[in-house]
Amino acid sequence: MSQTLTATECLECAAEVPWENDPRVGEIIECPECAIELEVESVEPPRLVLAPEVEEDWGE
Amino acid sequence: MSSATPRLGVLASRVRFEEKSILAALERRGVACEQIDPRALSVRAGSPRTGPRTVLNREVGHYRALYAASALESAGVKVLNSAAAAAVCGDKWQTTTALVAAGLPTPETVLALTPEAALEALEGFGYPAVIKPLVGSWGRLVTRVTGPEMAAAVLEHLAALPSPQSHVVYVQREVAKADRDIRALVVDGRVVGATYRRSDQWRTNVARGAVSERCPLDPELTRLAVAAARTVGAHIAGVDLLQDPDGRLTVLEVNDRVEFRGLQQCHGTDIDAADAMAALLIKEGQA
Repeated sequence: MSQTLTATECLECAAEVPWENDPRVGEIIECPECAIELEVESVEPPRLVLAPEVEEDWGE
Repeated sequence: MSSATPRLGVLASRVRFEEKSILAALERRGVACEQIDPRALSVRAGSPRTGPRTVLNREVGHYRALYAASALESAGVKVLNSAAAAAVCGDKWQTTTALVAAGLPTPETVLALTPEAALEALEGFGYPAVIKPLVGSWGRLVTRVTGPEMAAAVLEHLAALPSPQSHVVYVQREVAKADRDIRALVVDGRVVGATYRRSDQWRTNVARGAVSERCPLDPELTRLAVAAARTVGAHIAGVDLLQDPDGRLTVLEVNDRVEFRGLQQCHGTDIDAADAMAALLIKEGQA
């Protein structure tokens, strides 16, 4: 499933967040400028939301 | 790919390296797969469910993973790992009792039903010893107590926590070990690979910055890892082991939704952990 390389905007600092490596819904992307975690909510169209905070029982 | 509803699913909210690799492996094998987000999942108890019939559980949250597995199973879906396996792996005491019942070596452990009883149990072990939350991950709140004063303070904090579960204390004798532990990845009864996790901290979780290095497989390591996974009923397991200075291995814990980024990266192309899981999911989906 190849995606067209594009960029979307960080919800925190408005920097361009590059859309690379075949993003998937649910994937966490770090903003290259402010380092906040963003979650891919939609691939087509590209849409990011702020990633949820880590919860106490997360992990393996 | 068929346009019909995929028979296979991957349950995941947070798509990390691991989930992305598994989804890519399924695509490489030409298999249709539905990614199920548990944040949007609800299941009517006992009613047959439309959608994938075999689901790989990769949900990052323990409770959501446990109850998603249980709910899907009640609706006739086969879940890997099963809810029963997740319940054992997710609770350190349940894991310990399963390992002990199977005769597998594991550190000496006491469950104290009150913080006061835990203090007495610690006297029996001597110090240092380790206090762990029953449910938890990435080494959070695991505490190495070096003496009775420190133990009393830690237990006082536990007693003050609001959750009744926090007042039940899991206490373990510390195992003398090198600055590393071992993680073995077991898929479908076979060890895919193993790593040393080395750290200058006493907790050797990769999530805490531990470095993964290749660990050669030997018959005893392989035997213990496979037996530990089987004991808890896990098709897929990350088995953590310690090796004492005399070379004896003990099984510390078994992870049911194993993270394998460090293991995969240090083995390069010699292994493909995600593909092994994809193959298992396909096989179980056909069974």
